[in-house]
Amino acid sequence: MNSVILQIAARYIKALLVLFAMIALLRGHNYPGGGFIGGLLAALSVIYYGFAFNVRQVREKLKVNPATYIAIGLFLVVLSFIPSILNQLELMQGVWLKVQIPVLGELKLGTPFLFDMGVFLTVIGVTFLFFFSLTKVE
Amino acid sequence: MTITALPILIPFVLIIILIISRSLVFSKITSIVGSFGLLILSMIIFYKVNKLGFLVLNMAGWKSPYGITLVIDFMSSLMLMVSSVIVFAIAIYAYRSLNEEKQVTKFYVFFFSLIMGVNGAFITGDVFNLYVWFEVMLISSFVLITFGKSKEQLEGGIKYLALNLLGSLFFLAGLGLLYGKTGTLNMAHLADILRNDHQAILMNTSAILFFIAFGIKAAVFPLFFWLPASYHTANITISSLFAGLLTKVGVYAFIRFFTLFFVHDQAFWHQFLLIIAGFTMIIGGMSASVHYDTRKILSYHIISQIGYMIMGLGIYTPLAIAGAIFFTIHNMIAKTNTFIVAGLIYKLKGSFYLKDVGGIIKQNPVLAILFVIPAFALAGVPPISGFFAKFILIKASIDDSHFVIAIIAVLTALLTLYSMIKIWNEAFLKKQPDNEFSGQNTSLSFLDMLPSIILGTISILMGIFAFKVFDFTMQAADQLIEGTSYINNVLNR
Repeated sequence: MNSVILQIAARYIKALLVLFAMIALLRGHNYPGGGFIGGLLAALSVIYYGFAFNVRQVREKLKVNPATYIAIGLFLVVLSFIPSILNQLELMQGVWLKVQIPVLGELKLGTPFLFDMGVFLTVIGVTFLFFFSLTKVE
Repeated sequence: MTITALPILIPFVLIIILIISRSLVFSKITSIVGSFGLLILSMIIFYKVNKLGFLVLNMAGWKSPYGITLVIDFMSSLMLMVSSVIVFAIAIYAYRSLNEEKQVTKFYVFFFSLIMGVNGAFITGDVFNLYVWFEVMLISSFVLITFGKSKEQLEGGIKYLALNLLGSLFFLAGLGLLYGKTGTLNMAHLADILRNDHQAILMNTSAILFFIAFGIKAAVFPLFFWLPASYHTANITISSLFAGLLTKVGVYAFIRFFTLFFVHDQAFWHQFLLIIAGFTMIIGGMSASVHYDTRKILSYHIISQIGYMIMGLGIYTPLAIAGAIFFTIHNMIAKTNTFIVAGLIYKLKGSFYLKDVGGIIKQNPVLAILFVIPAFALAGVPPISGFFAKFILIKASIDDSHFVIAIIAVLTALLTLYSMIKIWNEAFLKKQPDNEFSGQNTSLSFLDMLPSIILGTISILMGIFAFKVFDFTMQAADQLIEGTSYINNVLNR
């Protein structure tokens, strides 16, 4: 497919979708959103780009193998279990780290975010894997 | 206690390592080491359960009816241990048997995700969580069945997937009704509500939906058609894994549900389960006797043996439940072993059809011994494990004056013996017929036979120390039938 309108739109929509994915990921702790939806949105941006241009090009540009995304994502999930084990809490219980940042104020970093991040990357990896396997038949 | 979640976490970590792995040898070694670790872990868990009675973990600190709870009781720990033994044996077997096929490294990823699903199903204390583990198992087993990408594997895999998805649908429907009526899905909380409720007969609708769901998983009488249609198509390594684990998870779920909270309306349910058990035994045994493909004979025998386990549940005395658990343990080990031996016969001769092969007893007497052990165990010849399993069940049925099912059980044992003798006569005793397979002269190394030797030894030991194993299963059965200690431990009263 070679549509100029789609190609120009894809460039901007790609950036917007990534931004939106990040928002969905970050607000997911207390509001609708989270790693799964964020991951789908982020993967969607690349898939949209691939449809507008060329799947093979996108694949070469990505450089990273989809399986690696999955592995890193799952690794982050396991990593998020470790603080709860070290603090002798029940497994997967949230552990929060408070960081003082000079101008912005207090920042709370917690294991639930690490878990969400893991889900985010896993979903991206799985969606890429689907996409590349389905578009291979040409 | 974190150790409760380790049977799920260890396969999970192994999956991550195996996804990245690019080297075949590394994957194989990792899987053997990892499954050995699982075996050790399951032994530690068994020891702890022996001491404490229950291991309970409230995930993320959410207290029991609200969060997801992982519970290991006596029965779960026994099942975990046996499944780890099988996984260890299959990991060794795969080391030699999977070489030519493409993407073998991917095999190990799904191998461990299947084990994660099985272990998760054994230790979860939450009905919805059980559904999730069933799905994990279903997806990974579908990938494993269609692993060789041949046409018949795809056909078998689609039949398998379609019928099991139907089972999942029934599971989900039953689960929805259960939640609608009681407002909880925590097994202990459900038991607490349903055991003290006089309207529990209203639960029959969801109980029958669960019966269909687990019946499809466990391959009982009217719902078993997916099993013989799919098991013989998969690679023999994968078939032997499935034979040992998949249907038994269905049986486990049956025993868990129908001892813990579906305990109302016993007159109907136990009669019903006994009828189903009788038909499952007879039809499985008879269908097996007409086939000449070793894998098909063994697949039908999986079905007939499931009947014995359901029979134990149907009689519902402590002795009968203990017998059902004993039988499940014995069957998981012996069944996997027969499939492994069938794979070795194939490796030696190049065919699964009994008409094509023969004369193995002269060519490889060790393999003949390795076949005799699990075959006699399945048929129930003393002093190997199967005899005691069947003896306990038949004694329990006569004690409780269920004479018809006792007669059926004895007849099915004869049918099993007949099939095993058929394989023995055709593959081992008969002279090798003149055909394209007669030239085959592969030799088997010790490593090929090691998994079968391990499982065979366990079968024999289970026969010799039957009283010891029986003590454990009896404790498990008492714990299941009593039920209140489960409820109190999980709900922390």
